[in-house]
Amino acid sequence: MGQRTPLFDLHLALGAKLVDFGGWDMPLHYGSQVEEHHQVRRDCGIFDVSHMHVLDVSGSQAKPWLQHLLANDVGRLQQTGQALYSAMLDTHGGIVDDMIVYQTDEGYRLVVNAATGDKDLAWMNANLAGYDVRIKHRSELAMLAIQGPNARQKIGELVNQERTALIHTLRPFEGQQEGEWFIARTGYTGEDGLEIILPATEACAFFNDMVGAGISPIGLGARDTLRLEAGMNLYGQEIDEQVSPLTSNMAWTVAWMPEDRTFIGRAALEAERVRGITSKLVGLVLEERGVLRAHQVVRIAEVGEGEITSGSFSPTLSKSIALARVPMATADRAEVEIRGKWYPVRVVRPAFVRHGKALI
Amino acid sequence: MSTIPAELRFAESHEWARQEGDLIVVGISDHAQEALGDVVFVELPEVGKVFAAAGDQAGVVESVKAASDIYSPVAGEVVEVNEALADGPEALNEAPYDSWIFKVKPANAADLGKLLDAAGYKALIGE
Repeated sequence: MGQRTPLFDLHLALGAKLVDFGGWDMPLHYGSQVEEHHQVRRDCGIFDVSHMHVLDVSGSQAKPWLQHLLANDVGRLQQTGQALYSAMLDTHGGIVDDMIVYQTDEGYRLVVNAATGDKDLAWMNANLAGYDVRIKHRSELAMLAIQGPNARQKIGELVNQERTALIHTLRPFEGQQEGEWFIARTGYTGEDGLEIILPATEACAFFNDMVGAGISPIGLGARDTLRLEAGMNLYGQEIDEQVSPLTSNMAWTVAWMPEDRTFIGRAALEAERVRGITSKLVGLVLEERGVLRAHQVVRIAEVGEGEITSGSFSPTLSKSIALARVPMATADRAEVEIRGKWYPVRVVRPAFVRHGKALI
Repeated sequence: MSTIPAELRFAESHEWARQEGDLIVVGISDHAQEALGDVVFVELPEVGKVFAAAGDQAGVVESVKAASDIYSPVAGEVVEVNEALADGPEALNEAPYDSWIFKVKPANAADLGKLLDAAGYKALIGE
């Protein structure tokens, strides 16, 4: 039996089909993954993402410590509520995890992946020496994502006045505390929406209120096709300790300035830049019928070979799409081997759908 | 749980089979489509393909989640495939027992009888 979030029994009552995700028993879907996907793109839906870990960092040296620990620079955050996306690297420049960092009144709030929580904490603790920093793992909190064009409007109708006001004034990628709740305008779907971190004891009632108001629960299956359409990386698929952010469509998250900020992995990334970046993440679109899948081989004429990192059927585009790591030179066309046959694919920038609209 | 049509026979790999004249019509069970989730693509066998034995690979059903092989429940030759599944693969989810995938001319007409009957299949899937 895997780990369970506080909403486990509620998922079962709602008819969830379960899947193991990083050691957690999570809802895969509640009936139809494709319907749930459309629901989020066209209206809104709720996800239980309580398997992700919330880490609160405080202490007089929280800022310099995170500037050492992360490839992005928390020095860019100017005030409570601002957030950034960052990789946490090892000394070889490999990605230990990716996360969102919010500035809070007490320091910083980190939201890291489910399967990597123990590893992350071990890495953080191993690099803590000499810093006046405290890390608090907030396992008593639950996390719900409400995503879709109508998400903020509908949630605004279900919560108290203060929270409604906050929901309507939050800027994209901003997160603020309101009472016991932390409400952020972030997500993993390519749609507008919220992520709410709240006491586990309140999560079931709130989830129930949302379902009662006609908002559909959405499983991890649709979460995966939504993030794939949005071209977002999934730890363990596109990124892991074997790859650097420079080959992972994450160069924009590496803060090179100021030059004297010696974050972990910096030397390795600088050496990689000098040697030359050899590969990149691209999007693939299969024009014929079929489904692209992770680990299928990509062949680009006169350039070389690559590999699909995530592939599935795109419900929005009604065709198969994938993310793939290919040689830097790449091309507009490639071929993918599916069960021994080569299929032509179009190579595109790795973002297929945003705010309900096709980008390709 | 849906009822399992009593006139069908089943392979342990979750294909159903039905006698139609001297042919055997093959699809996937309701239990199989439920486990697969939303079907988005069906790779059909080619007409003329010969299955030397029951259990030979006959095609692939791809859901959003994963690709799953389908197998011929009997030895024989493919004589017809359901081309309508190209444009409407979701039919396998919506009406699994009305949506056939291929028809095979069995090498041995008695082979159908070797498959599970509805009660046996019901027991296999624990319903």
